[in-house]
Amino acid sequence: MIAQVSALLRGHAGTTALALVGLGLLFGLPLGLETYVLLQVTVYVTFAILALSLGFVLGFGGILCLGQSVFFGLGAYTYGIAVTDMGDSTIPVLLSVAVPSLFAAALGYFIFWGRISDVYVGVITLTVSLIFFSVVNSTAGPQYHIGAAAIGGYNGMPNIPGINLPFEPDDTLDPNGVFYLTMGSLLVCYFGLRWLLTTTFGRVVVAVRENERRVELLGYDARRYKLLALTLGAAIAGLAGCLFANWGSFVGPSVFSVVQSAQILIWVTVGGAGTLLGPVIGSILISWLTAVLGTQQTLNASLVLGFILLVFVLVVPGGIAAVARRARTAAARLGAFGAARRIGREAHPGARP
Amino acid sequence: MAWAGIISIDFLYAVASLILVSLGLAVIFGMMRIINLAHGEFLVLGSYAAILSSHAGVNIWVACLIVAPLAVGMIGFVIERLLIRHLYGRLVDTMLATWGLSLFVVGLLTTVFGNDTQGVSAPLGPIHIGDYQASGYSLFVIGLALVVLAAVYGVLRFTRFGLFARGTMQNADMAAALGVHVSAVYSTTFALGAGLAGLAGGVLAPVTGVFPSIGGAYIGKAFITVLSGGSAILAGTSSASVLLGAVDQIGTFATNAVFGQVGLLVAAVVLIRFMPQGITSRFFRRSL
Repeated sequence: MIAQVSALLRGHAGTTALALVGLGLLFGLPLGLETYVLLQVTVYVTFAILALSLGFVLGFGGILCLGQSVFFGLGAYTYGIAVTDMGDSTIPVLLSVAVPSLFAAALGYFIFWGRISDVYVGVITLTVSLIFFSVVNSTAGPQYHIGAAAIGGYNGMPNIPGINLPFEPDDTLDPNGVFYLTMGSLLVCYFGLRWLLTTTFGRVVVAVRENERRVELLGYDARRYKLLALTLGAAIAGLAGCLFANWGSFVGPSVFSVVQSAQILIWVTVGGAGTLLGPVIGSILISWLTAVLGTQQTLNASLVLGFILLVFVLVVPGGIAAVARRARTAAARLGAFGAARRIGREAHPGARP
Repeated sequence: MAWAGIISIDFLYAVASLILVSLGLAVIFGMMRIINLAHGEFLVLGSYAAILSSHAGVNIWVACLIVAPLAVGMIGFVIERLLIRHLYGRLVDTMLATWGLSLFVVGLLTTVFGNDTQGVSAPLGPIHIGDYQASGYSLFVIGLALVVLAAVYGVLRFTRFGLFARGTMQNADMAAALGVHVSAVYSTTFALGAGLAGLAGGVLAPVTGVFPSIGGAYIGKAFITVLSGGSAILAGTSSASVLLGAVDQIGTFATNAVFGQVGLLVAAVVLIRFMPQGITSRFFRRSL
C-alpha cells in the first residue's frame, strides 16, 4: 500500500510538490501575516481564480473570450443582490456561480452554433462586456432595484453582507476564514481543472482547440464541448466575482469595464496561455504591480499595462511559462552536455576536453 | 408632418454616425482582416486633434475635417510600420496587440490631458421645422456620411490605389507577383482606415466632448456594425448601420439610450447566429 502510494507520488512529483506548497500557503499565511497583508493577499488569490478561469477557456478551450469580466461581474452582482435580499449567504453563493454559467450557456449557444470565427468570438464577448458596463452604470436611482437591493448604477452597491457559515446568517467569516475559503477555492479549482484535463472531456476540449474539423470528423460535436468549456470558465469566474464582492463588501460597475477585461487577459498572456499555473502567477505579479503603480502619480496604470501587453504579444509569446520551459530545456541540455563530456573523459582519459 | 421630419432626421443621424464611426474599422477589417481594438482610441485622437487645433485658432471646419483625419492617418501609418506589420497572419495576436495599444493610448492621453472633458461648441445653429427644432450640425453629419461613403467608393473603385488594394485583398501573393507593392498597400490602407476614424472623431467632437476613455463608448457599436455588415466594406457598413440604427432608435424611443444599445447588441447576436459572415454574405454579395 505504502509502496503503491509512493510510486504514485513519484509519478506526479511536480503535482505533489505543488499541492504541498498550496496547502502550506493555505495554512501558513494566516499564521505568518498581519491581517492587513492577509486581506491584500486574499484579493490577489481571488484574481488568481479569475485568471485561472480565462486560462482554461482561452488556453485549453481555445475560445478567444475577451469579455471574461462579464461573468466575473455577474457573479459579483448576483451575490451582492441575492445576499442583500436573503440575509443568509448560502444560496447567494450558489446563485453567483449559477447565473454567470447560465448566461455563458445562452451566449455560447449563439456564438458556437453560429460557427463564427475566433476573431468574431473575441469581438462579441468584448462588446457584451461594454454593454453590461453601460447598462449597469446607468441604473442609478431608486427605481432600479431587485427585491430590496438597489443596483446603484455608477455608485455601485455598498455594504454587501459577508459570507457566513452555511445556513447560519449570524456566523460571518472573519478575515482568516475568508482567506481559507478563497485559497481553498483556488486549490480546488486548480487541481479540479488539472484533473478535468486528464479526462476524456478535457482531452476532447483540447483536441477541439487543436483542430476542430478533425474532432468533428471523429464524431464529436465540437460546439457542445466549446459551450461546456465556456460555461465552466464562467462558473469559476462567477465564483471569483462572489469572493470579490464579499472581500470588499462592495461591487461597482467597473467589474464590467474594458480595463477589467483587459487585465484578465494580460494576466493570462503574461503568465502564459496553455498552462494553468502561468495565469495564476501572472495574475499575482500583475496585481501586485498594479497596486504598486497605484501608490505613485507619474506613471498611469493603464499606460504600463498596455505596454506590458504589447511587449508580451510581440516579444514574449507564450509568456512566463514559455520562458520557464525554454530555460528548463536549456538547463537540461546543458546538463546532458556536461554529463556527456564527463562520460567521454572517463572513457578516453587521455583525450583533450 | 413636422414631427415625422424630426423623427426621420434623428433616425438618419443615428445611421450616419454609425457609418462614420464604423467605416475606418470596416476598411481595415475588410481589406486586411484585422480587428483593430485601438479603433476607439483613433477616434479619440481625432477628437483631441480637432479640439486642440481649434483652440489654437484653426477654423473649426478645417480642424474637424482636415486636421483630425490627417493627424490620425499619420499616426496610423506609423503604428502600422512599428507594430501591425510584425503580426500579419496572426489574427489573435493582432487583436491583443491593438488592445495593448488601446490601453497604452488611454494611459498616455490621461497623463497628458488629465481626466477632464474638453469640448468645442458645434458650429451650426438650430433649424426650425414647423414647431420643432433640429440641430443643423446633425444634418451636416448626415450629409458628410454620404460624402464619405461616396469618396471611399470612388477611391476603391476608380483609382489605381483602389485597384491595387482590391487585388491585394483578394489574393496578396498574386498581386505581389504582378508587381504590386503589397506592404505599401497595407500601410496605406491602415492609414486610410485610421484617417477615417480620425475624421469621425473630429466630426463628433463638438457633439460629445472628449475625455481619454470615451473611445469605449464608440467601439461597441462600431464592432457590432462591422461584424453584422460582413466583408463588403461599404454595402456591409451601410446596411448594418441602417438596420442597427433603426433598432437603436426604436429602443431609445421606447425606453432610453442604454436599452437602445442593449437592443442593438441582441439584434446583432441573433443576426450573427443566422448569418455568421454578416449581412453581405447573403445580400449585396458582389458589392464593394
